Amino acid sequence: MSKDNKFMGFLKSFKWKKYINYIIIGGATIVLAILAATGVISDRSDRVLLEKIAISMILATSLSLVVGFLGELSLGHAGFMCVGAYLGGKIAALLAAPLGSGMLTLVISLVVGGLAAGLCGFIIGLPALRLKGDYLAITTLAFGEIVRTIFQNTSAESFGGAMGLPTPIFSDRKYFFVICFVMVLITLFVIQNLIRSKHGRAITAIRDNEIAAKATGINVTKYKLVGFIVAAVFAGFAGVLFSFTASSVQSSSFDYNYSIEMLVIVVLGGMGNINGSLIAAALITFLNTKLQTSLEGDMAVLKDLVYALVLIVIVVYSNSPKLKSFRDKYNLHNLFAKLSKNKHESDDTKRWDVVPTKIKMDALLSTDVVVNDPKPDKPDKAPKDSKEDK
Amino acid sequence: MSDIVLQTKDLGISFGGLKAVSGVNLQIEKGEIYGLIGPNGAGKTTIFNLLTGVYQPTEGTFYLNGRELRKLSQEKINHAGIARTFQNIRLFNNMTVRRNVMVGLHNNPEFKCSMFESMFRLPKHFKCEKKMKERAVEILKIFDLEDEKDSLACNLPYGKQRKLEIARALATNPKLLLLDEPAAGMNPHETEDLRRTVQALREQFDITILLIEHDLKFVSGICDRITVLNFGTVIAEGNTKDALSDPEVIKAYIGK
Repeated sequence: MSKDNKFMGFLKSFKWKKYINYIIIGGATIVLAILAATGVISDRSDRVLLEKIAISMILATSLSLVVGFLGELSLGHAGFMCVGAYLGGKIAALLAAPLGSGMLTLVISLVVGGLAAGLCGFIIGLPALRLKGDYLAITTLAFGEIVRTIFQNTSAESFGGAMGLPTPIFSDRKYFFVICFVMVLITLFVIQNLIRSKHGRAITAIRDNEIAAKATGINVTKYKLVGFIVAAVFAGFAGVLFSFTASSVQSSSFDYNYSIEMLVIVVLGGMGNINGSLIAAALITFLNTKLQTSLEGDMAVLKDLVYALVLIVIVVYSNSPKLKSFRDKYNLHNLFAKLSKNKHESDDTKRWDVVPTKIKMDALLSTDVVVNDPKPDKPDKAPKDSKEDK
Repeated sequence: MSDIVLQTKDLGISFGGLKAVSGVNLQIEKGEIYGLIGPNGAGKTTIFNLLTGVYQPTEGTFYLNGRELRKLSQEKINHAGIARTFQNIRLFNNMTVRRNVMVGLHNNPEFKCSMFESMFRLPKHFKCEKKMKERAVEILKIFDLEDEKDSLACNLPYGKQRKLEIARALATNPKLLLLDEPAAGMNPHETEDLRRTVQALREQFDITILLIEHDLKFVSGICDRITVLNFGTVIAEGNTKDALSDPEVIKAYIGK
């Protein structure tokens, strides 16, 4: 009896809201694993879609740390992923002969890819200490393109060059998306714990007011680097996972548009809101992939149009003052409040997840909505538009 | 002679050809409330910026408890024991009141907890967070802010934001607290409240306070000694009353 009470007490004191994202993603992972084992999800395209969703969730969560919490605009997130994919993929290709392409190879590749990407994060973090806003955005953008171009121009024996790096596909491909979702959970665990600690508080303090943070004794250098390194490591992980899903890694997969897509996800999810980023990652990736596969022939041009339309609708919906009363009435927070009658009013962590940042949304989006615009005018456009937020 | 907490020696800075501050010699004793006044543009805030490492002095140097702090970075100076508030309030607006103070507690060795321990939620993390929360509330109590601990800093009324800024500075456990126009924009009631709080701070904590203020009534009510600046140089110093009645000071403030 007393044991039962204790358990109920635990249930009551358990802060559901705080852990809702683990519960949902963990639950989804288990359900998906069962579905895969029973053969319900056997279609290859479904599995590929789920893998893609998981990978963009990892990228979005890690980018959210830099953009949403550290408050630095990074346009080179695909670059970190590229480093992870190439180095992890190379190690996997080397290990595939003696070890096969199973779990062990994956873990070793993850470590190598993550570390390499983390090192790049450190290198990119260094200028971030001196550069602000637009200038840092250009630097990270350049980094992403440079990394991609370097790998593109390597010799065929080293990193494949223009032909792409041949990588082994995960041996148990059927369950690979489950592994991807476990990685999402790990990413969420580490990044969310980091943010909800004194160190995360320091990072957010830098975003809110760098001058005050310095005067309060926060080591700005350290925490900016930490933000960039942690984000880069997880982007590297995403890259390694990516390399295991394809028979070869093409440098063109990590172009500027991909970084922008991640940024769009983070912005749509609400900057400084990890759960929002996760949802946006799932939705945008789903939409993108579905549009890509369902529209054929001449209709393919409609893909960008539909994509852009959806983005515009979401942004207008979430920002328009005229829709405010509607939003206040029907939102997830209210829904949760109704569902769980025990409110944790004094729990100040709930505010933690929904904080606006100093980067203005519309200024960011003006560069992003047209995701597949012809490239040439991109470099001039990015700095010009993001200047508006000054 | 009692202990000298802050000593500046010929402290000065020039921006190009402009001498913003020059030849400032301050000697602030332990437990003192010291005022720094002067007309607009006299260089008061510039001195604060020099003392907190925002600017590097181009001439002279300064010591805190005998330790030279020139050329240290802002956070190192804060670790050494100088904390400040800002003329235009700089809070972490998107954080709750308690969190603002907890950022101030960040470097306190009592709440040491490595990033690894936080990321993987080791027991030390929870212990340290709990202690930090308690300490933050204790500090907020001094400023009568404990009821607002969970509201966002940007939603506080002006007077409370000022107080919160002082609370955050105090949380860093400073030896010397620099207050930049703490009473600016406050109504008489809030000013009186602030005066009592500042005096209580000196009594409760082992702390020395250097403040900039335009409200001369506030200054004469609270400061033991003052220094008057005009055009970057000291024109008078000493006991508050004597310095305020100095003819040079009257001339600087209201003209001949």
